[in-house]
Amino acid sequence: MASAAPLTIDEPGERRRSRRANLLLVSGCVLLVIIMLVLAGGPLVLKYGPNTLDYAAILTPPGSAHLLGTDALGRDLLARIIYGGYNSLFIGACVMVVTTVAGGLIGLVAGTNPRLDGVLMRIMDVLMGFPVLLLALAILAALGNTSVNVVLALAMVYTPRTARIVRAEALVIRRLTYVEAAESIGAGPMRILLVHVLPGILPALMVQETFLFAYAILGEAGLSFVGLGLQPPNPSWGNILGEARAAFQQASWLVMYPGLILAATVLALNLIGDGLGRAIDPKRRDG
Amino acid sequence: MLTLILRRLLLFVPMWIGVSILSFVIVHATPGDPAAAFVGMDASAGSLEVARERLGLDLPYWQQLLNWLGGTLTGNLGDSFFLGRSVWQAIVERLPVTFSLGFLSLLIAVIVGIPLGTAAALAPNSWKDTVSIGVSLTFLSVPEFVVGMILIYVFGVELRWLPIGRYEPLSAGFLPWFYHLLLPALALGLSQSALIARMTRVALLQVLRADYIRTARAKGLPERVVIGKHAFRNAIITIVTVIGLSVALLLSGAFITEALFQLPGVGNLGVSSVLRRDYPVIQGLLLIASSFILVVNLLVDILYAMLNPSVSGR
Repeated sequence: MASAAPLTIDEPGERRRSRRANLLLVSGCVLLVIIMLVLAGGPLVLKYGPNTLDYAAILTPPGSAHLLGTDALGRDLLARIIYGGYNSLFIGACVMVVTTVAGGLIGLVAGTNPRLDGVLMRIMDVLMGFPVLLLALAILAALGNTSVNVVLALAMVYTPRTARIVRAEALVIRRLTYVEAAESIGAGPMRILLVHVLPGILPALMVQETFLFAYAILGEAGLSFVGLGLQPPNPSWGNILGEARAAFQQASWLVMYPGLILAATVLALNLIGDGLGRAIDPKRRDG
Repeated sequence: MLTLILRRLLLFVPMWIGVSILSFVIVHATPGDPAAAFVGMDASAGSLEVARERLGLDLPYWQQLLNWLGGTLTGNLGDSFFLGRSVWQAIVERLPVTFSLGFLSLLIAVIVGIPLGTAAALAPNSWKDTVSIGVSLTFLSVPEFVVGMILIYVFGVELRWLPIGRYEPLSAGFLPWFYHLLLPALALGLSQSALIARMTRVALLQVLRADYIRTARAKGLPERVVIGKHAFRNAIITIVTVIGLSVALLLSGAFITEALFQLPGVGNLGVSSVLRRDYPVIQGLLLIASSFILVVNLLVDILYAMLNPSVSGR
């Protein structure tokens, strides 16, 4: 690369921009890998379980016995953060998968089938008319408070957003020449949808899903924080913080460490989503 | 302009009917019996039957739906199970708190977000730009309740500068109102400022590439006038839209922020109603919150058309 002299005035700027897309992507990936390693390696070094009560060690500050201190019931905070991480990430991943399938299907059908487009998108519009958290809370209140319903409630909230993006992409791709060509040689609607339109949507969908994973983790944390997500004593990052409400004014570590890992995970996903988005869509590179 | 407003209003009606029906359906999708939440766990079958009759739950499903839709038009949203007052009253008396919080948060978001985005856009790909992107990504990633808890710990517990966990109405004076709301509004506003900063940056960058900006610079206008008068006027169209969208997000954030800071607002009412299964209040809140968002979207559309003459013709 060093031998090629810049041909246009724009080129150094362009190179700097794509370098930044890479920087975002790489730093996001590095951060995520570190978090994953901590979570995966945690159980190997943990001396306590997430629910081991120790009334002699209530609200111990971080130290040699408890690396990140203990909570109001004397439970080891590090153990709760690590096991809570499994729950938070698992619920987030489930929400992401359900939303991708549901939103992807609705978006694809709406984008390629003008007769269903109006009805489907109006239903999505109505769902998007509610505040995210209130809708999820109300669905949980109606269906009952179980982990499966937390996934369902969050998926229902985020599906319209994914469906919209997929539909917009599908509308564009459906009109491209190669799809027309496939139609003219007699490809059926299912084949058009799955073989020709779907692959074109995947890049945008991938970016959307990265952000969605981040939203889902935040959403679960919010629900659990107010007491409606995962139920204690089963830990999640949200309910660890929710339970900390009673004691954090004397024990700041109860907020700092779970807050830090939650924010770092969401930041890593946002960085990756941002970097991927810039890499995929050149128009967005400077945006 | 007038046809645009009329057309938007016509769209508003079916959307509103849609959200009213969905508010009803969600709450009535409960597999258990809402009346069971009303009478308590260990009530007899007889008192359950009486409660069902009183709440109108013995009527056919479609009749309940029609009653609800009819009620919404007259402002009759039913009675709370636990508060001893109508849903409408319970919500209205808590509105000033939520509006105060929302207004102050939005103000903070705009005051922080627009300069942050502008600084980044004026020096693209510089260290300022990188810092601005980093700051806004970080604000976007830390949930408002973590920001809130850190603020409580630092300013309420360690430094003791600001009071926590109380609310003073505006009628008690501006300063008490402001002091008590500042921390929750910061917690809620900072994450919104990230969104506004990002959109300000993108909008300004796009405008600055336009030919008329080059013309303005070429004829020797000072940079202050080029940015402030020529570029900003166009960028503001996008920014206003984003601020409109933030209102919906703020409303969502208000549920958790009010619960954390124990503010007696609508969000706190929502969380506690869900926790004690106060179905009429949940249903009423769904309707009122979504109606509010619909109205804000309508206003943003109209404002958008007023600011951008090229839209109003369509």
